[in-house]
Amino acid sequence: MRFLLDAEQREFARSLDAMLSAADTPAVIRDWSRGERAGGLALWSRIAEAGVFALAVPEAYEGLGPRPVDLAVAFVELGRHAVPGPLVETVAAAALLRDPGPAKRFLPALAAGESMATLAPEGSYAVDGDAAALRLTLAADGLRLAPGHGPVRPSLDPARRLTRLLPGGELLVPDPSADRALRWARLATAAQALGVGLALLERTVAYVGQRVQFGVPVGSFQAVKHRLADAKIALEFARPLVLGAAVTMSPADVAAAKVSACEAAYTTARTALQLHGAIGYTAEYDLSLWLTKARALRTAWGTPDDCRAEVLRGRA
Amino acid sequence: MDLAHSPADEAFRAEARAWLRARVPSEPLPSLETAEGFAAHRAWEAELAAAGWSVVNWPTRYGGRDCGLMRWLVFEEEYYAAGAPGRVNQNGVSLLAPTLLDHGTEEQRARVLPSMATGEVVWAQAWSEPEAGSDLAALRARAVRVAGGWRLSGEKTWSSRAAFADRAFGLFRTDPDTPKPHQGLTYVMFDLRAPGVTVRPIGRLDGKPAFAELFLDEVFVPDEDVIGEPGQGWRIAMSTAANERGLTLRSPGRFLSSADRLHALWADRGSPEAAAARVADALIGARAYQLFTYAAASRFLAGERLGPESSLNKVFWSEYDIALHETALDLLGAQGAEGEAADTDWSEGYVFSLAGPIYAGTNEIQRDIVAERLLGLPRGRRR
Ligand SMILES: Cc1cc2nc3c(=O)[nH]c(=O)nc-3n(C[C@H](O)[C@H](O)[C@H](O)COP(=O)(O)OP(=O)(O)OC[C@H]3O[C@@H](n4cnc5c(N)ncnc54)[C@H](O)[C@@H]3O)c2cc1C
Repeated sequence: MRFLLDAEQREFARSLDAMLSAADTPAVIRDWSRGERAGGLALWSRIAEAGVFALAVPEAYEGLGPRPVDLAVAFVELGRHAVPGPLVETVAAAALLRDPGPAKRFLPALAAGESMATLAPEGSYAVDGDAAALRLTLAADGLRLAPGHGPVRPSLDPARRLTRLLPGGELLVPDPSADRALRWARLATAAQALGVGLALLERTVAYVGQRVQFGVPVGSFQAVKHRLADAKIALEFARPLVLGAAVTMSPADVAAAKVSACEAAYTTARTALQLHGAIGYTAEYDLSLWLTKARALRTAWGTPDDCRAEVLRGRA
Repeated sequence: MDLAHSPADEAFRAEARAWLRARVPSEPLPSLETAEGFAAHRAWEAELAAAGWSVVNWPTRYGGRDCGLMRWLVFEEEYYAAGAPGRVNQNGVSLLAPTLLDHGTEEQRARVLPSMATGEVVWAQAWSEPEAGSDLAALRARAVRVAGGWRLSGEKTWSSRAAFADRAFGLFRTDPDTPKPHQGLTYVMFDLRAPGVTVRPIGRLDGKPAFAELFLDEVFVPDEDVIGEPGQGWRIAMSTAANERGLTLRSPGRFLSSADRLHALWADRGSPEAAAARVADALIGARAYQLFTYAAASRFLAGERLGPESSLNKVFWSEYDIALHETALDLLGAQGAEGEAADTDWSEGYVFSLAGPIYAGTNEIQRDIVAERLLGLPRGRRR
């Protein structure tokens, strides 16, 4: 047993971090929220070039995977930089399209980053249905290729644009492996949420170190320190759950990772907002992009209650 | 990245499991915090030691199996899963033994460790004083040089299990004139039944004499019972194998087994929906702590020094333990009049859990360490 990332995985995270740091994601998100996608698409290609989507796609279909641990490592970085777009949905779609026909038809383009996918149960909102080339609905009779999407609605998180998919469309797979897709979606969401929480913590630590009140940095006050220590503790205990779930991919482990990473990110968001004071409550200040994402991810692909129920089922 | 234990480690697990399943007392022993229970636990410790299971990760020559950290974790999982009794020599094993392994002489190790492994000599920790709690360096109990050794005087308090223990280890001021309170301290071992020692048991929350006050009046300690150089006590105490301490003070096995018992209790009570989230969180927390510990152990075995990270797990397990026991008591109470008294295991565990955020460095102190040493926040005006 060696429950440690290897040097290659750590290097992968570092290189993604460097690439994303240079990409000015806050500006990309703000454009994305207005439907201006050029920056987002360019970033998407670079993420694909780094191999991220290929990790969810089997080698037989021009991917590198499936490699859930590496994927989790990558999604932590995507979360840390609040990358917009249907990242999780693209991964979930790759996990769904297992039959040779659809796999051959769609997976190479997903692996290469040439197309984005979105995915939703029939009747519910799909993330970024307007941006995705591949729109999948989980209907009563199977997996369908949606013929289009309805009007775009804003989400609290400006990086996510919500659309309903139109009913009907080509039946791709009569009996899709929805459970498998759900596990991959939850794992990717958990890792992304962990990254969001880490970024919120990092930004807040930096802020309270330089914001002076009463003649000293507010970060020297114990009430402030202890809230940040609690955020750190919650995130550092979510991290091994995320990586452990990627190793086992058991439904209960993945659900446990999802609930604890999302809860940790969300409480960190509340702490981050409180400790920034009023400036944290403004849309203009970049912190808002992580704050709102933490809220959105908390209920994406399973609410905390759904995930806890899965954990209990795992013990039944 | 890998979660599978090696076949050799799994064979070790099977061996431990078979022995434990055959030998763990079928009825729980009486409370460790009573004279009767203490004696019963000591006897269990001797039985463990006779079969080589009392200190598996210690070097063989002191009674261990030299089996390494991962196997120790595996052993602990099996130990608690088997419902085996609490360990009577916890303080000696987790605090004094690593100190001796790092700073003691070979003579001291050979003299102290084997009888600790068998439970023949049970050790108490005598660090805290009435005026020195979180601010431990303010301690005043002193050791004065005499021919062939030292004489200890002063007062120590909150010394766990000192009411029944045999010997103690602690810090004493040997040089009162140092510029800083952390200097001039010396680390010594002494006999709790030596002339000049008075032990006064203190009842904890439920009245059981779980700790004690020690009054020391010119107690003689020979030179061979001083650990390390006189005056270096603080450094020795703080480095008390900081690495292992973060890992071994509370093993995940204990919480995994508690979470399973809680889940069984919940199922037994008809799986009430209102408690579902808390039961799920107990399962999640135990798994998180297990995986966190595996990660820390993997880093340790890869040669990394673990320092202030141990403050993360101290806060985590202590708060986890309380939440878990509160849930259990609520479940017991939910079915009518049985309430807290219904299950002595759970209520005893609850009382013990309440102290977790206080001992081993309060959680406030641990949060300061996390904030300042792991997050790099500025030190405040305190201290
Ligand atoms: C069950 C139990 C077993 C114990 N066993 C042993 C033992 O075997 N041997 C031994 O030597 N000791 C033992 N102790 C003592 C334990 O180590 C001390 O209780 C602990 O160090 C705290 O000291 P104190 O109780 O004097 O609290 P104090 O230090 O007086 O603290 C009181 C409160 O003030 C807070 N506080 C203090 N300083 C700060 C600060 N700088 N910032 C923020 N908050 C602060 C504390 O966190 C706490 O909440 C035991 C205690 C318990 C409860």
